[in-house]
Amino acid sequence: MEPRLLQDLKKLLGSDAVLHEPEDLILYEYDGSVEVARPNCVVFPRTKEHIVGLVEIANRYKTPIVGRGAGTGLSGGALARRGGILAIFSKMNRILEVDVENQRAIVQPGVVNADLSAAVAHTGLHFAPDPSSQKACTIGGNVSENSGGPHTLAYGVTTNHVLELEMVLPTGELIRIGSSALDSPGYDLPGLFVGSEGTLGLLTEITVKLTRLPESVKTLLAIFDTLDDTTETVVDITARGITPAACEMLDGYTLRAVEAYVHAGFPVDSAAVLLIDVDGVREGVESQAEEVAEICRTHHAREVRLAKDSRERDLLWKGRKNAFGAVGRLSTTYYVQDGVIPRTKLPATLRRITEISERYGFPIGNIFHAGDGNLHPLILFDARDENQLKRVIAAADEIIQFCIEMGGSITGEHGVGMEKDRLMPLLFSEADLDLMRGVRDAFNPIGLLNPEKIFPNKKGCGEIHIRPLPVAGASVA
Amino acid sequence: MSAASKTASSHLPDIVGAEHVSTDPAELGACAVDGKLPSVTVCPGSTEEVIEVVKYAAAKKLALIASGARTKLGIGSPPARYDVALDMTRLNRIIAYDPGDLTLSVETGTPLRKVAEALAQHRQFLPLAVPYFDRATVGGTIASGVDTPLRQFYGTPRDYVLGMEFVLGEGVRSKSGGNVVKNVTGYDLHKLMIGSLGTLGVMTRVNFKTFPMPVASRGFVATFESLDRAIEMRNRVAQSPLTPMTFDLLSSHVADLFSTPGAEQLAGSAMPAGVLSPGLWALTIGYSGKENVLSRYEAELRRMAAESAADNVTVLGDRARAAAFAFKREFIPIALESSPATTIVKISVLAARLKDALSAAIKAAEANQLLWAVMARSLGVIYFALLPTEHSQTSLRQVVAATNQVLAAGASFGANITIPWCPSEWKSAIKIWGPERHDLAQMQKVKKVFDPLGIFSPGRFIGGI
Repeated sequence: MEPRLLQDLKKLLGSDAVLHEPEDLILYEYDGSVEVARPNCVVFPRTKEHIVGLVEIANRYKTPIVGRGAGTGLSGGALARRGGILAIFSKMNRILEVDVENQRAIVQPGVVNADLSAAVAHTGLHFAPDPSSQKACTIGGNVSENSGGPHTLAYGVTTNHVLELEMVLPTGELIRIGSSALDSPGYDLPGLFVGSEGTLGLLTEITVKLTRLPESVKTLLAIFDTLDDTTETVVDITARGITPAACEMLDGYTLRAVEAYVHAGFPVDSAAVLLIDVDGVREGVESQAEEVAEICRTHHAREVRLAKDSRERDLLWKGRKNAFGAVGRLSTTYYVQDGVIPRTKLPATLRRITEISERYGFPIGNIFHAGDGNLHPLILFDARDENQLKRVIAAADEIIQFCIEMGGSITGEHGVGMEKDRLMPLLFSEADLDLMRGVRDAFNPIGLLNPEKIFPNKKGCGEIHIRPLPVAGASVA
Repeated sequence: MSAASKTASSHLPDIVGAEHVSTDPAELGACAVDGKLPSVTVCPGSTEEVIEVVKYAAAKKLALIASGARTKLGIGSPPARYDVALDMTRLNRIIAYDPGDLTLSVETGTPLRKVAEALAQHRQFLPLAVPYFDRATVGGTIASGVDTPLRQFYGTPRDYVLGMEFVLGEGVRSKSGGNVVKNVTGYDLHKLMIGSLGTLGVMTRVNFKTFPMPVASRGFVATFESLDRAIEMRNRVAQSPLTPMTFDLLSSHVADLFSTPGAEQLAGSAMPAGVLSPGLWALTIGYSGKENVLSRYEAELRRMAAESAADNVTVLGDRARAAAFAFKREFIPIALESSPATTIVKISVLAARLKDALSAAIKAAEANQLLWAVMARSLGVIYFALLPTEHSQTSLRQVVAATNQVLAAGASFGANITIPWCPSEWKSAIKIWGPERHDLAQMQKVKKVFDPLGIFSPGRFIGGI
């Protein structure tokens, strides 16, 4: 790595905020996906001025720069695919302002999702997007990926809760878009930037809406003996116009893993369960819970349990939110997909996933946001076996292909990143992609910021117009 | 008519058929935007025909404005150029509606009424209760970005538009999003189209999330002698566990506005008697649910109204609520009809500043001897109608002074202020887009990508975009 670049970084941030030894960098070549890419250096900015300075340095040396929160992403969004500088936001983790009366908060991008809700819990408010990784993932990462979570079924995903952004563009300009008050005049720039996967700007401040906690919540656990009964129940709940706060499905395979790990009381001999939250004013919740329970029984639920108290509810949800971790105990590696389907197609899709699992010989656990048709098949395999990795991707591609045939999409909340860019042409024409690339290039003209993400490279021309740096210790293609 | 426009009227029939092209003065007049007439109107019947028309316009550098029922063309700056009026009303098909998935894909020229009827058969709806509801189309509604009383609960189209197809400034078909309720594949470009006044592309299809109709709804209206008391109740409700569907504040003059024959015609019925009282502020709250939920709301609202010293309280059953709702929905057209020079200032503020913003606007109106009326969403969006008694230079001076005073006051509390509606001839004198935006340069970048030749609604948008 170029010594002058390193010197400039250390001068800007201090020596202790710059890592460049191979043994340090190796920690940052992963995220929650199966992708790997090693940065040339890792830096820990503490202020927005640092971000401006970093972008200036990146421009000076024509080296890529990639923002990263907690690295919990599931599509390689925060990996330095072309090497360069990986900027970790963990030290920009202050909640700058909480405005209870107006239900707003201004946070730095490195604030951990659950920390914001915890900080405002005493006011009866919370930050609604709740990814399963919420105890680690950052709000900056949530904004970049437009993250979801179980309760986004009723409350919406991150973009529905973001009002204003401050960021540094790849040109080095510090800009603000949107406004804390509603209806910022002009184009909906926050609507564009949220979910742009860190390809348009590096966030420095985020203004979010805070949502009032519901007066009452009831959690139901419906236990089924067949997958079909489970999925038909979800279809029926949707069709009857009931929108639970959350409607999660865990299949038997996953349940057994979760139960062994969390001891939440999940029935290990069932085919699947639905974990359903209904919330709102007390009177409405009671009748809605009864209605949901009745639909479950109509579809032959073996048992419908109602969590007795908040302790029991928290335990069930702990099981759900730690499910990926639990499955991780069964297998060295898993590959998680994030396809979305119209909800009426759930039964057919789950049957297809079972068939694919059997045909390829990989166990597949299903634990997902059934209420909005957002699948998360976890395909278990051994990454040390290169042949397995290839076959796992083939199996996953078949699932995605089926989702698209059903009228669905390739990612509901994990993002495209460097994992699904090659799948984009399944949904978008070259003209569609050209427009998106055009928007990216308008803000990120030389591909300095998070290069080679979201969009597949066009044939015959490399997307990035800058040379990768020679790397000390390791080589990055 | 320019030479290029002249060739247009001879070439466009090849694309859409002669019967769908017109240079008839009456037709052109009907498509006027702020007094500016197109040279030709063209009415394509498919996305393919839209593409061909746009390609043609791009080749000849003709300025094009797409419209549906033309009910909201008054919003925005006068066009810098205007050659072709693109009438989208033949693209009026419901492409796909899956009640089980609660998703809908519809062509943009489709009337909202037609969509509502199709959804009602499955007890579903779209929360697009926008002004001129009986005539408005999907495309105009989305392009104009107008809000509705239902945003209190359902949000705005950015919250329930799932995807879109549109034609770009060089005649290329493009799309973003999809037709599933959760999706992060690619950039959310469709969000940029919402409220863009047709400056980025011609929308041809919009995919929506639909919503189940509530089992039953009620309305609750509390009247107050002072704004302070009304705001006090607003705050009590906002801090309670209640989640109303609609939640608006109406000023004391609105009772008179709503009792005119013109207003009744726009709303489709008469305002239920005794609900609003001249001289009193009214807080109107819509809520829904099963009987036990409705009773809970009523009890809580009655208690809060009493605590806030409400003058009077009315509970509206399903039918009366729907009638009163139509008046709220049509507040803007009603205000526009009630004065020869209505000017509506939209002020968005943080909810805690609602009272400050309202007080500043009232002060500005009264200091300039202007009548006024207000509908304010509890979320912090105020529609402040200035109602001059005549269309004259004196009125213009008064309105300019009043709007400038509102803009000056708003700057001190972070308000977004625009003037979406005022007489066309006044637009050069009034800062209709409010103060200069610091993010304008970013918007210009976006415009250039979508419409590099600048043929879509040139000059109509913020900052001359």
